[in-house]
Amino acid sequence: MIADKKKERSIEIPTASLADIAFLVLIFFIVCSTIDVDKGLTLVLPAPGETKEIRRDNISNLLVNAAGQIMLDDQLTPLPAIRNVVRDKLMQNDKLIISLKTDRDTQYEIYIKVLDEVKQAFVVANLPPRISLAEPDPN
Amino acid sequence: MPMEFKKKSKVESGIPTASLPDIVFLLLIFFMVTTVFKEFTGLQVQLPTAKLIEKLPGKRGIAYLWADRAGNISVDDKLVRVDDLQDIMYAKRSDRLHPLMAVSMKIDEKVKMGTVSDIQEQLRKADALNINYSAKPSS
Repeated sequence: MIADKKKERSIEIPTASLADIAFLVLIFFIVCSTIDVDKGLTLVLPAPGETKEIRRDNISNLLVNAAGQIMLDDQLTPLPAIRNVVRDKLMQNDKLIISLKTDRDTQYEIYIKVLDEVKQAFVVANLPPRISLAEPDPN
Repeated sequence: MPMEFKKKSKVESGIPTASLPDIVFLLLIFFMVTTVFKEFTGLQVQLPTAKLIEKLPGKRGIAYLWADRAGNISVDDKLVRVDDLQDIMYAKRSDRLHPLMAVSMKIDEKVKMGTVSDIQEQLRKADALNINYSAKPSS
């Protein structure tokens, strides 16, 4: 009698919760996978040998020396002021090209900061960025 | 009359959930396969910070270039000399499967602009003009 009773018991593993478990694993993977996206300042370099004649008044010279001092059109400008000064210049002349020139000993960090500020000025003025990179003078 | 109604309500109207785990497992495997982990270890660099950062278009067709403060330059985890960059980038540009779309430059913030300029000069010669200065978002 007892043996008969035992045989009647269902011995199946319940699979109803399998979907829930799989979902949990799926969500775990989605949450844990941090997709490492590369971010940075994009720039298009000029093609080799590409020279264009540009009118003198359509160019603003931005010089950065080895000490990190910034000269915008012969005017010493502090870094946080660049954005507004460049924006004002762009408001007056929307064909303006910023020519960015550095010294060979200028730190890359300052160059990126200046480039960032100039790009922000172009965004504020709602213009496509026109930045020209001048090669540093060989010393 | 009431009998007839009872008959109709006996029709089973449940959605079959037996294939749900299979669907979830398919999704899980899809996510696991498409997740791309970091490919290169690179050099030890302290990236600069910038506000106006943009994402790179994707993972394929991107060349990774590192330059640390000790003056080492590495492309895809191989140490290279500046003069070899042109050939390397040119070979990458003519890669049939994933032609070079952009160069992600991971340059230490203490690197001098002379080095950066030399790298860019090589990239221009190889006609790899789309670059991205890797930077961390600044708060």
